[in-house]
Amino acid sequence: MSRRRFDLDDLWPRFGRVAVIAAAVLWTVPFIWMIVSAFRPSDQGAAAMASLIPDYRPTLDNFREAWADANFPLYYLNTTIMVAGILAVQIVTMSLAAYAFARVKFPGRTVFFYLFLAQLMLVPIALLVPNLATVARLGLYDTLLGVMAPYFATAFGTFLMRQAFRTIPTELEEAAVLDGARWWHLIRYIYLPLSKPALIAFAIVSVSAHWNEFLWPLMVINSPDNRPLTVGLAMFTMGAEGAQAWGVNAAGTFLVIAPLLICFALFQRRFINSFVTSGLK
Amino acid sequence: MSQISIARPAPIAFPSRFKPLAVNLNLRAYFLLAPSLVFLVAFTYWPVLQVLWQALHQQDSGHTVFVGLANFTAIFADSAFRNALVNNLIYAVATVVPSLILALGFAITLQQSSWVNGLLRSLIFAPVLVPLIAVSSLFLFIFLPGIGLLDHYLAMLGLAGANWVGDPDIALYSIVGLTIWKNAGYYMLFFLAGLQAIPAEAGEIAMIEGASHWQRLRYVTLPYLHNSLAFVLVIALLNVVTQVDHIFVLTKGGPSESTNLLLFYVYQQAVEHYDIGKASAATVVSLVFLLGLSAVSLRRMEQSAEAQT
Repeated sequence: MSRRRFDLDDLWPRFGRVAVIAAAVLWTVPFIWMIVSAFRPSDQGAAAMASLIPDYRPTLDNFREAWADANFPLYYLNTTIMVAGILAVQIVTMSLAAYAFARVKFPGRTVFFYLFLAQLMLVPIALLVPNLATVARLGLYDTLLGVMAPYFATAFGTFLMRQAFRTIPTELEEAAVLDGARWWHLIRYIYLPLSKPALIAFAIVSVSAHWNEFLWPLMVINSPDNRPLTVGLAMFTMGAEGAQAWGVNAAGTFLVIAPLLICFALFQRRFINSFVTSGLK
Repeated sequence: MSQISIARPAPIAFPSRFKPLAVNLNLRAYFLLAPSLVFLVAFTYWPVLQVLWQALHQQDSGHTVFVGLANFTAIFADSAFRNALVNNLIYAVATVVPSLILALGFAITLQQSSWVNGLLRSLIFAPVLVPLIAVSSLFLFIFLPGIGLLDHYLAMLGLAGANWVGDPDIALYSIVGLTIWKNAGYYMLFFLAGLQAIPAEAGEIAMIEGASHWQRLRYVTLPYLHNSLAFVLVIALLNVVTQVDHIFVLTKGGPSESTNLLLFYVYQQAVEHYDIGKASAATVVSLVFLLGLSAVSLRRMEQSAEAQT
């Protein structure tokens, strides 16, 4: 049909496709380098470090050294406690607030809703100076609870759950009320189970965000034993500079990013959909 | 109340116990909001007030003295702050514009679902899930002068390398490159979602009318993506102000302040120089920016909420 323009016009999409494939390859180079270097024997010398070709017998030496240099198991534990604790409290606070916003009419509802939404932009990290003072005054300095506390309320989660709650037919609630259900029964046994997709989307976004967080935990945590993975990795990286340390550094980085990337590889669609949902449509 | 309704049959057809329930729920609403509000007050509203107050005061040998705008004068007189502000602006434009164009290009090229496209999307999205701090420790080697990954492969192509994060003229742009790599995949997702919402007929009609690829992109696709674009822009600008982990590992704001950003300056003032007045004044500057951003995005959310009803 558009044959007369074939030569130029139909070339563009093909050119675009080649460019995107090239970009995708380029995008993976840092990861390829990380994997190749993490398994590279250290006797190959500094000149070989930049090679992306695994021309060696793979060794776990770098991992052993990284594992010995930094207390990764403890950092894993701290990060897990942190992300799980934040998520658990968030689920409680956001579902209560979301129920109020979705189903209860009360004076000031709009005002309160906007007050909540302010947190979408006034993110805790932007307020790190006063927040650090507050955490210290509460006696939470150098504790994981201090790292978690600013995230216990979530405007994003409340908004997401409100949208989900609103799609649930009120007849369900009315029937349950007639059967003698109280409001917490409604949330626990009707609203939350029926909002599972939104809940999972929120969980993925929340866990990835806090798994990856660095500056705030860096400020709150002082003792090495309370470090989450990101802070542990930064200290490890900065301590491990030097020609021979690059392989160990790559191995340490590998250890930190592997769990999320493996989850992503297993549940790609779910991850991608969750992140799209975070677009607050 | 329930006693009354038992004593007197309700005149309306609804079961009488619905009314007390509604009244109770009214008060209960505040109770339901309370847990969230406690934390919002403690870590969002109160800190904003506190930072405003601290920006106008100074600690002087244990006393807190009102100093008016002296902290603001001090930060604007501080070349490090001015650098951070200018750097942050350059960083914003230089990361956001290419990231958005790339993300849009990726999304348009990869919008058809096939396993190849799925794989390519995943590869481009992967950096989003990696902590910025871990990315930085990888790029520490990539940017290493001489033997680093970038210089090694540039040399193979016969090109000269550079001191990517050590040269004040290019360090900020190296950071920009890293940030684009890290975030473009995230923005791509929103464009992909936006593209799915475009009715297939729109493109077909344009094709029948003989529109070229460029014309279809310009007059069909882009107008539909208006909302996605606005959203991505807000998120991208928010990231520009709130993410500085890479600065911490790669440059510490150097060399000669060439990569210092606003939030990192705040961190330096608070943690390294213990100057809460200056740190607060600089925080206020970034809050002004964030509040402007929220005003824009709240308006947008309101509009889309209206469009829904």
